[in-house]
Amino acid sequence: MSWINLRELAKKRSLFTSGHRLCAGCAAGIIGRLVMHSVPDPKHVVVVHATGCWEVAGTIFPYTAWAVPWIHNAFENAAATASGVELAFKALKDKGVVKKVPDIIVFGGDGGTVDIGLQSLSGAIERGHNFLYVLYDNNAYMNTGIQRSGATPRYAWTTTSQVGKVIPGKLEARKPIANIIAAHGNAYVATASPAYWRDLMEKARKGIEYKGPAFIHAISPCCRGWRFPPNMTIRVAKLAVETCAFPLWEYDPETREYKLSPPSLAIAKNPKLKKPIEEYLKLQGRFAHLFKPEKREDLIARIQEDVDKEWNQLLELCGIT
Amino acid sequence: MLALNGDEAVAYAVKQSNVDVIAAFPITPQTIIVEKLSEYVANGELKAYYACAESEHSAISMIVGASAAGARTFTATSANGLALMHEILYIVSSLRLPVVMAIVNRALSGPINIHTDHGDSMAERDACWIQIYCEDAQEAYDTVIQAFRIGENHKVLLPVMVMLDGFLISHTTQNVDVLEDEKVSNFVKHRIPAEIEVFGKKVPLTLNPENEVPLTFGPLDLWDYYFEHKRQQEDAMEKSREVIRKVHDEYAKISGRSYGNGFIETYNMDSAEYAFICLSSTAGTVKSLIDKLISKGDDKLGLVRIRTFRPFPYEELPKALEGVKGVAVLDRSGAFGAMGGPVYNEVRSALYDSDVHPFINGYIYGLGGRDMTMEMLKSIYDDLVETVKSGKPKRKIEFVGVRE
Repeated sequence: MSWINLRELAKKRSLFTSGHRLCAGCAAGIIGRLVMHSVPDPKHVVVVHATGCWEVAGTIFPYTAWAVPWIHNAFENAAATASGVELAFKALKDKGVVKKVPDIIVFGGDGGTVDIGLQSLSGAIERGHNFLYVLYDNNAYMNTGIQRSGATPRYAWTTTSQVGKVIPGKLEARKPIANIIAAHGNAYVATASPAYWRDLMEKARKGIEYKGPAFIHAISPCCRGWRFPPNMTIRVAKLAVETCAFPLWEYDPETREYKLSPPSLAIAKNPKLKKPIEEYLKLQGRFAHLFKPEKREDLIARIQEDVDKEWNQLLELCGIT
Repeated sequence: MLALNGDEAVAYAVKQSNVDVIAAFPITPQTIIVEKLSEYVANGELKAYYACAESEHSAISMIVGASAAGARTFTATSANGLALMHEILYIVSSLRLPVVMAIVNRALSGPINIHTDHGDSMAERDACWIQIYCEDAQEAYDTVIQAFRIGENHKVLLPVMVMLDGFLISHTTQNVDVLEDEKVSNFVKHRIPAEIEVFGKKVPLTLNPENEVPLTFGPLDLWDYYFEHKRQQEDAMEKSREVIRKVHDEYAKISGRSYGNGFIETYNMDSAEYAFICLSSTAGTVKSLIDKLISKGDDKLGLVRIRTFRPFPYEELPKALEGVKGVAVLDRSGAFGAMGGPVYNEVRSALYDSDVHPFINGYIYGLGGRDMTMEMLKSIYDDLVETVKSGKPKRKIEFVGVRE
């Protein structure tokens, strides 16, 4: 796509500016800057944020890292807050108070989106508000210190799904949030990884330009919570896609079709490219108990089974059999 | 003059008040308000955006977004709906959003009940919302219109709750004198957001990207600034007193209607030796009792109805009660483990430093919609006279009309 030009992008002022207090190696900031660089008109955008680590790291009174109008309301209501922002600007435009309705971008973590904020998000999507909701999914409640969420994968260690003699981390599979949102039928939905930045930006632009609700589920590796060194973030984000633990796809509400994005489509066409899940797991300390003191082949096999089942289901949804 | 019930009167006032965004979730006995507003928007009579939220929590959350964007906003709820909003109520006031919300008072679960008491709004009395309790549908209509002017005043910038009793007022039809649309529109005008100075520039306090400087709403705010922001809210509450009075008086000029001084309304207090203090529709029954007593030659009972509960009229109350020997405070909500209901506690606190020290008895009544009859009020009056004659303070809360 012609609008993405690396040389030009490098010159652009980031709308989420330096000075924020995100951890070194945090993927949320990378995702945020890519999404904000995808905004067609930086002068006409409002950002809504759910409570979370990125929300607190982006602001602290009297400082803000946001160079656009920005609002944080509470944990579970970012989508509802965005709904109100949209309606207000529609009303104010009708009355001639503002010239146009701005693009509205919502950022929420997996806690604020998959768990406590799911009702608010579902309601907003059903009502059909025009916004792009970006879920940065770091697989746990990282702001409060790595507690299990509905997006935490099976057998991952968190501070509330501890690894012990009896229980090997979280016993349950993650919630398929992007499919849940796609099931509403009226939203543009895509998954994205910061390792595939161009794909992420294209999807963000599509979501912003879609006249109606749009949802991007972006995987956001967290070096603190997943236990890997800060220089490995993009590698982990890439392996998530290469192992099909986090395949990249889009859902088009107009045609009601699922479509694999190029990196995952390449794997679908040539299954030999699909890396074993072990490669993804072994980089992360949250799965260390699967390898030490002895290797738990049974548990790794169970995770591989989860991945394969979800991947095959996705292939079917995409019409690839 | 229109025949309207309390809910319809509220909706009618909202229709006339140049509201931009309404977000609500239906709950008995507030439902007629949202049904009427939906009808007005559907008919094009009200040019506003009306969003059916999937919960009260989302309704008030939407209102936060809309109000921060610069819109004039309205919502309404009752009981459990208000409790579900609880978390966000504090955010509304801390963001200094002049939201107007009608509360059709209903008993909180559990056990589940749909009838009136004040437990729902009393649970939010420290949320930094201005709280005005209305006696009837006419007052609810008048107060909703005033509420926009009060909350949006740049000295105030606080949300306003307008209370009316569930069913007793919300579903009871009375003659309501409504003003012409133009008169109301001229009174409430359109919302003009306040401005703040940022980098030497005056910037409207909104999310509008067309502003010269983009603003951040709701940042993290820790021990180094949080307290100052809370202190500013208290300051705004104090400053709202003058604005509530002025808006009340100005409205009286265009409507010919006033409610005491906007804070308290007195009835037969000139000759009173005993006074009842209460909120909302019970005041009507108290007035009937007073009239009945006067007709029988007893003019010693008066009434002080508290209209504005937040900010609390602690200066007006001692003046109104000068020369009174005994006061019966009627609370339509419990305060388990406290020394009486919220109105009782506030009244006693307001009088402590004054020179007015009557006997003060606290009575809790009408929970879950239990009726408060003239006979019950008469027995409270007898009890109060007895206390004063005995010369011994009760120091015990009475429960009226309950099977013990």
